[in-house]
Amino acid sequence: MSKIRFTEPNREILARRDSIINDLTRLVDPAGLITSTDECRAYETDALTAYRKMPLAVVLPKTTEEVSAVLKYCHDTGVKVVPRGAGTSLAGGAIPSEDAVVLGLSKMNRVLAVNYDDRFIRVEAGVTNLSVTAVVAENGFFYAPDPSSQLACTIGGNIANNSGGAHCLKYGVTTNNLLGVRMVLIDGSIIDLGGDYLDSAGLDLLGLVVGSEGQLGIVTEATLRILKSAEGARPVLFGFPSCEGAGKAVADVIAAGIIPVAIEYMDKAAIEICEAFAKAGYPLDVEALLIVEVEGSDAEMDATLADITAIARANGATTVRESRSAIETAAIWKGRKSAFGATGRVADYLCMDGTVPTGKLSYVLAEISKIVQRHGLRVANVFHAGDGNMHPLILYNANDPSQQSKAEAAGDDILRLCVEVGGCLTGEHGVGIEKRDLMRYQFDDADLVQQIRVRAAFDPRWLLNTDKVFPLDFRCQG
Amino acid sequence: MQTNFSLTALADAHVSESEKILRACVHCGFCTATCPTYLLLGDEADSPRGRIYLIKDMLEEEKPATPQVVEHIDRCLTCLSCMTTCPSGVHYMHLVDHARAHIARTYTRPLPDRLLRGMLAKVLPFPGRLRLALRVATVSRPIRKWLANLPGGAQLAAMIELSSSFKRRRPTRRLPGATVDRPRGRVALLSGCAQQVLGQNINEAAIRLLTRHGIEVVQPIDEGCCGALVQHLGYESRALDAARHNVDVWTREIENGGLDAIVVTTSGCGTVIKDYGFLLRNDNAYAQKAARISALARDITEFLHELPLQDGVRTTGQVVAYHSACSMQHGQQVRDQPKSLLRRMGFVVREVPEGHICCGSAGTYNVLQPEIANRLRARKVTNIEKVKPQIIASGNLGCITQIGAGTRIPVVHTVELVDWAMGGPLPDVLEGCLG
Repeated sequence: MSKIRFTEPNREILARRDSIINDLTRLVDPAGLITSTDECRAYETDALTAYRKMPLAVVLPKTTEEVSAVLKYCHDTGVKVVPRGAGTSLAGGAIPSEDAVVLGLSKMNRVLAVNYDDRFIRVEAGVTNLSVTAVVAENGFFYAPDPSSQLACTIGGNIANNSGGAHCLKYGVTTNNLLGVRMVLIDGSIIDLGGDYLDSAGLDLLGLVVGSEGQLGIVTEATLRILKSAEGARPVLFGFPSCEGAGKAVADVIAAGIIPVAIEYMDKAAIEICEAFAKAGYPLDVEALLIVEVEGSDAEMDATLADITAIARANGATTVRESRSAIETAAIWKGRKSAFGATGRVADYLCMDGTVPTGKLSYVLAEISKIVQRHGLRVANVFHAGDGNMHPLILYNANDPSQQSKAEAAGDDILRLCVEVGGCLTGEHGVGIEKRDLMRYQFDDADLVQQIRVRAAFDPRWLLNTDKVFPLDFRCQG
Repeated sequence: MQTNFSLTALADAHVSESEKILRACVHCGFCTATCPTYLLLGDEADSPRGRIYLIKDMLEEEKPATPQVVEHIDRCLTCLSCMTTCPSGVHYMHLVDHARAHIARTYTRPLPDRLLRGMLAKVLPFPGRLRLALRVATVSRPIRKWLANLPGGAQLAAMIELSSSFKRRRPTRRLPGATVDRPRGRVALLSGCAQQVLGQNINEAAIRLLTRHGIEVVQPIDEGCCGALVQHLGYESRALDAARHNVDVWTREIENGGLDAIVVTTSGCGTVIKDYGFLLRNDNAYAQKAARISALARDITEFLHELPLQDGVRTTGQVVAYHSACSMQHGQQVRDQPKSLLRRMGFVVREVPEGHICCGSAGTYNVLQPEIANRLRARKVTNIEKVKPQIIASGNLGCITQIGAGTRIPVVHTVELVDWAMGGPLPDVLEGCLG
């Protein structure tokens, strides 16, 4: 197995394990310090389970001050720290190393303030994405970014990965919906970036922090923009006899300047998997399906839908079906949002996260099929088509080591393809350990050096989430 | 998820079943979000995904359970909320049953824990012993605070505390069945072990409802505990014995007169009876019979829902908060029927916020893990009271007891309300409450 390399653990740190744990007992509540082998094991991986490393220890602080104390200690004594939200990363963003302390935010899950007049909510970083909307929904508000793992994933993790989701086509991703953060730097200092309003003064450091994968500091609180829900929303299913037709329809809708709330794509394999789980009424006699959601007043939805339907028909759509009830709408989205997990019913998978220009969707879809076939595997495609964020699920058998390496090789080929057509390695899942070694394909050395300098300005000792994002042999050049 | 079992380990039917379950898990973490203990404690090891991972390691390595693993498995309520959430179809219930049996085989619990569990398993499933225990609990009430400070005493104190919530319910003897002229159907009604002592009025209401609709009710005299209680305590062979015994009893009824259903008024029992087919799948003498019993098992609300139902005769309209027991909504996936029956009878049914989260009852959990159970009860009662109900209805005696100990709002079984609406007597706990 295991194409992805890990650095050798620092033996000096391993030798000091007992004294480090002893010191940590003074810094966090006893219920928030995990040191036994069995209990640490629960933290050895995230949703990229092909890779696992036991951490030195796990701390689950309850306050920003505790986070600060732990980081300061780790900084002063040279101990690595791996931040963790809900551990839902598909790119191994929360996978530890043997000489690192995992710092989990799961106990910091309080809502701190809701302000409807100024349209913001302030939460601790361990609050889950969906529970933010749950808090404000009774007043008709919502938080826009909605990654498929929104039930479980945390706001802290969303900020680290600049997470998107189905509805980001219209409302933007995390960086467009985040107003401010409280963050602890590796030396323990606590800083506030941004504020309770859009576009704060000074350098856009908040923009820098979003998507930095836990390498610049640990966000403990966030102020998020909340939006008033539209009058109505209606998902419509468009079935196509060919993947190319569906891909072309997406490109044409975007090119026509129409911005629905969401355009989601599923190929036949994904439709069958999701329908079996959610019983959403997805058409089973088509090769590709688009779930297009429009919102607004009835007249507005009717008008937008007429335009989209005309484009879909022109590209060969054979099925056009609107959701007729709230229950049906919920089932349509449940099926889509559970797609990855539901795939687990039929096979193990590696989930890719490349982004391509929408005009290239049809070409890339066809090429992905060829790549995966060449490696002797199967693929299911289910993704955010409207913003070209592809999620090919490469299906394989995790108990067969040769299939594991084939799946990884196919994944690398797909991501290279995304870069070649003018896209990028990651839309929203982050680089993590998974795409670390492909970064050179996306960036030249000068670009990478510049990024590493930024990172070093925040964490000069290279202690935060160390083995992620940048190629392992590259950091020393920083 | 990748697994790593030896071929010899996989030769064991339990292990090979667990391996299949583990292979379906993709470790996505969705289950963590709806797990009551993860919500309260925030530790991966107290989430379904974490527990699955600990169980996987324990079984793969064929190693004895450690105190740490036991602690986290013990904290699991078996509410099965994770199974409702899981998109991958991971059968957590069968996996955790296997883990509990493995713990029972490989781990020696501290003496107070052993005594307590042994006592629960020896008392609760036996109505006579339970009646006696309740009397002991009543006289011990004054010393419960002192008891709480002894090793294992917190659990004893919790038991005494819970027993006090029965004071408004009449302890009674088991019921005979009921015949009707020209029956349109014939069912066996599970007496339940704790329920026949603590909640006989529930089955009385069920019998009135069934006979009113022309259904003959049999209650075989030698029927025993369904086995859920001992199974969750990890006593696997006793659970299987209980299952076999009841399979025999009900099979005899099927052969002598036929059964259209085995009707259950305690959803915790229903979940296990519906699983008899799985539990006895490797027992050649019983597999087929057990599968037939499981296929006949119905919650009372499922069964009533399928009947052409009579109209209510009383003035209803009271606001009812329906609390769905975990064994009902997650274990049996029965969701709408109870609410629909209540609405049909004219009650104003309100959904409880966070309705998918357990109240902390969970069989013997509120005795074994009183601290977490009390926090969950407080959370549940707060959520229920938000919808300002006059009555709380639920389909499981355990929840009725647990919630009843935390609120002044009366808690009744769904069928008691439906029966009253159709002309049955007013449930005791509602006297003076409906004004």
